[in-house]
Amino acid sequence: MKALLIRDLRLAVRAGGGFGLGLAFFLIVIVLVPFGVGPETSLLRPIAPGILWVAALLAALLSLDRIFALDHEDGSLGLLATSPLPMEAATLVKAVAHWVTTGLPLTLAAPVLGVLLNLAPAAYGPMLVSLALGTPALSMIGTFGAALTVGIRRGGLLLSLIVLPLYVPTLIFGAEAVRRAADGLDYATPLMMLAAITAGTFALLPFASAAALKMNLR
Amino acid sequence: MSIWEYANPKKFLDWTAPVMRWSFVLAALTLGTGLIWGFFFTPEADKFGSTVKIIYVHVPSAFLAINAWIMMLVTSLIWLVRRHHVSALAAKAAAPVGMVMTLIALFTGAVWGQPMWGTWWEWDPRLTSFLILFLFYLGYQALWAAIEDPDTAADLTSVLCIVGSVFAVLSRYAVLFWNQGLHQGASLSMDKEEHVADVYYQPLLLAMAGFVLLFVALVLLRTRTEIRLRRAGALENRARNV
Repeated sequence: MKALLIRDLRLAVRAGGGFGLGLAFFLIVIVLVPFGVGPETSLLRPIAPGILWVAALLAALLSLDRIFALDHEDGSLGLLATSPLPMEAATLVKAVAHWVTTGLPLTLAAPVLGVLLNLAPAAYGPMLVSLALGTPALSMIGTFGAALTVGIRRGGLLLSLIVLPLYVPTLIFGAEAVRRAADGLDYATPLMMLAAITAGTFALLPFASAAALKMNLR
Repeated sequence: MSIWEYANPKKFLDWTAPVMRWSFVLAALTLGTGLIWGFFFTPEADKFGSTVKIIYVHVPSAFLAINAWIMMLVTSLIWLVRRHHVSALAAKAAAPVGMVMTLIALFTGAVWGQPMWGTWWEWDPRLTSFLILFLFYLGYQALWAAIEDPDTAADLTSVLCIVGSVFAVLSRYAVLFWNQGLHQGASLSMDKEEHVADVYYQPLLLAMAGFVLLFVALVLLRTRTEIRLRRAGALENRARNV
């Protein structure tokens, strides 16, 4: 498992792996929003939590098809399937690797971008926590979507169509936690729900993803 | 002799032919009487005026939009467990019907909401979760369309249907948490106290029965078409390989 994780991380960081691409995308989306809605800080402040979450979600979506596509093309996915490591564990590792290369940098970069959107000062801490809790779920759900569509040529668009509705609960709770914090309300409940979603997806979706992968490799 | 014998494609085609025909006839009868009774022979409600009559389309279609998905979930599970092809095809056949029901429910809701709530659309929990359900139907059908091998397609869409069901329920509760709604509670339930008034209730029941029968007939029709398409494909393959 460790070897697979290290391999995936290495592949992602090296040239052509797309590491940093998601981060740059996140930055650009955030920068584009004030151009779209106007630069008034009074306008930006209330929508900042939602924008940050939606942008993070889109950035995570961007690199999903890489999770299995390259391995499928060069046949290493077949090797993985025949290795003693169960497929469930392999998909879990893939999700973790995806999170380390996209979700984690997004979380760390979000406060800086929060400044650009004039996020309420009280919301920075909760936003970090909510992204740290929520982005793993995005990676895991995305891994499931990638496992479903791995056999399809140009499945990128289909992947987003399938995955985005699945992101809805995560998005709602994540953005709600930040919004409540920005308004000075109690934000513990949405954070707990977010943690529950992440825990639930990591407990159950590896099985669904592994089943989908096996069906695709048959 | 077990119930699974009826899942044999040949037998399925045999026994569904009369069922489908009768469902169509009965659906036409019940829908016709239900809707005409509802539209022309019930009084206007004091607060809602004639807009109350949209209930005869809105409630049954919303009911079926959800139950079509549940039916797909059940047939998907049957396919995964027992590998009956007809079951997978029935799930495939039900998806567009369910999607259209979702659209009808959303559309009639918007038409009713405009004069009553003063808005076509409100981010109300029920409305939002229906919109999400609609997206699920879209993704499900797109996945069916994208995969060439029919068995793989059936497998993968079944998995998507199961996972999607969990997330659909989750979304329902998430939006409930997020926004307390404008939409009224259930119009129909086992609890007699909660019903709409009797004058509307009786034609509504008829319209419901009509919609359900129409759904059954349409799904059977589409499943039969899928089975025949599958057969035609197999014949073509055989002809090519000879």
